[in-house]
Amino acid sequence: MNSIESAVPPPRSYLDDGHSLRSWLFTHDHKRIAILYALAITFFFFLGGFAAMLIRLELITPAGDLLTADAYNKAFTFHGVVMVWFFLIPSIPATLGNFLLPMMIGARDMAFPRLNLFSWYLYMIGGLFTLAMLVLGGVDTGWTFYTPFSTMFSNGHVMLTVVGVFVVGFSSILTGINFIVTTHSMRAPGMTWMRLPLFVWAMYAVALVMVLATPVLAMTLSLIALERIFGVGIFDPALGGDPVLFQHFFWFYSHPAVYIMVLPAMGVVSELITAGARKRIFGYRFMVWAIVGISVVGFLVWGHHMFVAGQSMYASMVFSILSFIIAVPSAIKVFNWTATLYKGRIDFNAPMLYALGFVGLFMLGGMTGIFLAATALDVSLHDTYFVVAHFHYIMVGGSVMAYLGGIHFWWPKVTGRLYSQAWARFAAILMFFGFNLTFFPQYLLGYEGMPRRYHEYLPQFQVLNILSSAGASILAVSYLLPLVYLGWSLRHGPRAGPNPWRAKGLEWLTDSPPPTHNFEVTPVVNEGPYAYEDA
Amino acid sequence: MSTESAMLAQQFDDAAQQREASALGMWTFLATEALFFGVLFAGYTVCRVRFPAAFAAGSRHTDMLLGTIETAVLLTSSCAVALALRDVQLGGRRVAAWLLVLTAALGLSFLVMHGFEYYSEYREGLIPGIRYTQQGPLAGPMQLFFCLYYFITGFHSLHVGIGVILLLVMARRTWRARFSAQYYTPLELSALYWHLVDIVWIFVYPLIYLVGRAG
Amino acid sequence: MMTMAPPQASTLAGSVDTLFDVMLALTGTISVAVFVVMIFFCVKYRRRSHADRSNANQTRLGVEVAWTVVPFLMFMALFGWSISLWSRMRTPPADAAPIYVVAKQWMWKVQHPGGQREIDSLHVPLGRPIRLVMTSQDVIHDFYVPAFRQKQDVLPGRYTQLWFTATREGEYPLLCSQYCGTDHARMTGNVTVMKPADYARWLQAHAGTGLAEQGAERFRRFGCSGCHGSQSSVHAPDLDGLYGSTVPLADGSQVRADDRYIRDSIMLPRKQVAAGYAPIMPSYTGRIGEDDVLALIAYLKSRHATTETAREQH
Repeated sequence: MNSIESAVPPPRSYLDDGHSLRSWLFTHDHKRIAILYALAITFFFFLGGFAAMLIRLELITPAGDLLTADAYNKAFTFHGVVMVWFFLIPSIPATLGNFLLPMMIGARDMAFPRLNLFSWYLYMIGGLFTLAMLVLGGVDTGWTFYTPFSTMFSNGHVMLTVVGVFVVGFSSILTGINFIVTTHSMRAPGMTWMRLPLFVWAMYAVALVMVLATPVLAMTLSLIALERIFGVGIFDPALGGDPVLFQHFFWFYSHPAVYIMVLPAMGVVSELITAGARKRIFGYRFMVWAIVGISVVGFLVWGHHMFVAGQSMYASMVFSILSFIIAVPSAIKVFNWTATLYKGRIDFNAPMLYALGFVGLFMLGGMTGIFLAATALDVSLHDTYFVVAHFHYIMVGGSVMAYLGGIHFWWPKVTGRLYSQAWARFAAILMFFGFNLTFFPQYLLGYEGMPRRYHEYLPQFQVLNILSSAGASILAVSYLLPLVYLGWSLRHGPRAGPNPWRAKGLEWLTDSPPPTHNFEVTPVVNEGPYAYEDA
Repeated sequence: MSTESAMLAQQFDDAAQQREASALGMWTFLATEALFFGVLFAGYTVCRVRFPAAFAAGSRHTDMLLGTIETAVLLTSSCAVALALRDVQLGGRRVAAWLLVLTAALGLSFLVMHGFEYYSEYREGLIPGIRYTQQGPLAGPMQLFFCLYYFITGFHSLHVGIGVILLLVMARRTWRARFSAQYYTPLELSALYWHLVDIVWIFVYPLIYLVGRAG
Repeated sequence: MMTMAPPQASTLAGSVDTLFDVMLALTGTISVAVFVVMIFFCVKYRRRSHADRSNANQTRLGVEVAWTVVPFLMFMALFGWSISLWSRMRTPPADAAPIYVVAKQWMWKVQHPGGQREIDSLHVPLGRPIRLVMTSQDVIHDFYVPAFRQKQDVLPGRYTQLWFTATREGEYPLLCSQYCGTDHARMTGNVTVMKPADYARWLQAHAGTGLAEQGAERFRRFGCSGCHGSQSSVHAPDLDGLYGSTVPLADGSQVRADDRYIRDSIMLPRKQVAAGYAPIMPSYTGRIGEDDVLALIAYLKSRHATTETAREQH
């Protein structure tokens, strides 16, 4: 922060509570930890984005001319590993969640502040392993580590990667434990479960998934590591072991992990849309149960990644019907967000644009998910670019849009400064178009039969690939823009005041930036969330 | 000293809230532990359904006598830690500290016995990937059994090791009167953890040592 | 979407595309409807508009229930449709002709029952159901022919199958769609669909030693006949007529002697031990290749056929 112009009124903001590096690296303040996380994941986001750029450049031509096959495989593996574990999974929970969860429930901090800091260090250690993997030459297994390729055949740095992901997994387990306990036992007087903002519900649901799914990944990766070290293991087909068992374990984590990425986004968007439309959320209880339903059923659909992997026909039938069923709560959420706009007083500020963009992209991603839940269609679409487009709509169109929307919404709270609305709106719109240009052609590519993870492809796919790469360059600009105007606002932005959006929610009651212990007086809650009555 | 107020962290309103939060945190952690081991048990089940004969044969290579003694040792240690907690809750100190030391010692002896088991298995050539000299028709799939055996017992022993250190720290803190009848949360949580280690073993023991000897 | 789709060259392709198009129409309509409503609300209830906003905060339970139940029913209908089509896609007709595929990094090796071998290409006749029996020598691959709308992972250590009936002459790309290492993108080939007469000529021209004869030769070379031969002193099962029969196992269960059973009996003999025999069969894992196993299976199959002809002649 720059100099403080006026005399500092007590209490000091959390940003002024020590300026040394030490005061940051040993902080127990959930808000400072959130910022440490934000810096780290931004770094990894652009690192992963750089790998994506290499991929898109390579795919401009059908021949593998820019990168060797090996380098290409390493690029998409790095992109996947970094974006999934070092950006998307911690993105909203570890930054916005850490910052906001205690404030939204009227608490002074997380239940376990030291554990919170420790989980950031674990994240950094995991990140160092991943960087070491990159520096030493990368890994080519794909982020899915399918056996026996990852155990017996790959000669990349599988061990370093696996250790990195293992460690970062513990970081998300600890964050999850912290969120669960904080939500249970730190709520302010009057803050009943049915008065929790949907963002808190989303954090709670996501914490449950983190806590219950991540151990499975950790153990599965350990089994891979041992198999690599000793040359024997339970996934080895030569001994009669089962490589498909690995896929079951892996997706038992990694499908719920998709909900780790998208549930927080749903929480953010519920806050943004209510504030932007100045209206209560439509169907609060349905929204809550949809979140809970998604997180529970999300544990039971992992087998839809394996319709053509050789699992039994009956298993696939069960996973298929459950995958259709899990689409219902997602549909409810889209309809309710739309209905929330009805009779609202809609202000098209930048966060609202991001939120509306999220709803549109999430809907397209979700709808195409139904195609993939249908076994008969999945047979031909599986492992093609259709799948790549589908999950990028959910994770990039969905989660990243919501993450940036959230950053724009709470930026004044976090930093105490306002940023340029014009630039922010421009970036949001640019992002929406850039995104669609990048990923919509990939649906068509998949439908035409282009498999994913292809370094070279048939010439008839070139036009769509060029469109996609062109879109990616627009997308890259729209991701860089916020760095500029948000960075600028830190020094030159006007002061925000406690509640620039006139939004509801406990976090807006305190100063911007908030004091170290969030509230001077613990707030007492006597109404539900989103009590917008001035519509 | 008034341990209760001294131990209250600033983010909590009162001791009850802090205690509830700590307990819930520990239970959540134990839930993750259940899943850590759950994966291994799931893998065990799948492999055993595929190769029942090899798993039975592998199981017969394990040392049932030592395994049974280890089980008894762990169960006794769990009893000791429960008594220690009880003593602290009633205001005791010295007895509790010694009971905790006893628990840790039993845990340590469990580890030592396991070490002997591993060593004799090494001499028999039963360690896949390091020294595996088994011949005969079941030798291949029996390696699956041994992979899981070492992974499960090894991972469990890691937990025992952590538990031993934790209990020794708790013994020291109990001796120095850091706990009282009003405040004993860390001790209670350590005991919970130790019980989990014990419960996991109660699943491991029949799956590894007993299963092949039934028929 | 018809114009974008790859050519329809199998009996399944049309049905798959119909389901796709219906789903596209349904989800497309809903998406467009939601977009239209959203844009309408955004315009009508923009901040400065003077639209009527009375009773803005009402939640109507009926509406909620409706848009929970209606998508649910729609999804269940789509599920039913998809699953019935899918069980057809996964169940080869009984008369489907087998062709064997061995995948390895990074090529497709095809063996026809007549001994014809191909690499990275597959010739099939028009109008006849074909069943591919596939296995991998190393990592997981995936046999994908977009024009047939069929795809199946090819796993090491077991057989998976995929079937189709080609309906259009021509050459269609064959792709590996499960990431399998460095040259994954080059693990491609062609499927050539030919008129039955042309196909017969092609088989003739490429005929080698029949797969079964190759198997017979390997049966001797690997020493199988030492135990399983009729003159052998070792107590081992007689393999005449084994293929397709029901084998009682030592643990009391029964199993059909299919490709998978025979493969496992060679590579992992302890997995299922035939009743009445000591488990003395050594494992051939790592000693013989997947194509050898396929030849042996073809040989055992042929012994099944010859014994039957022999019986008929008596």
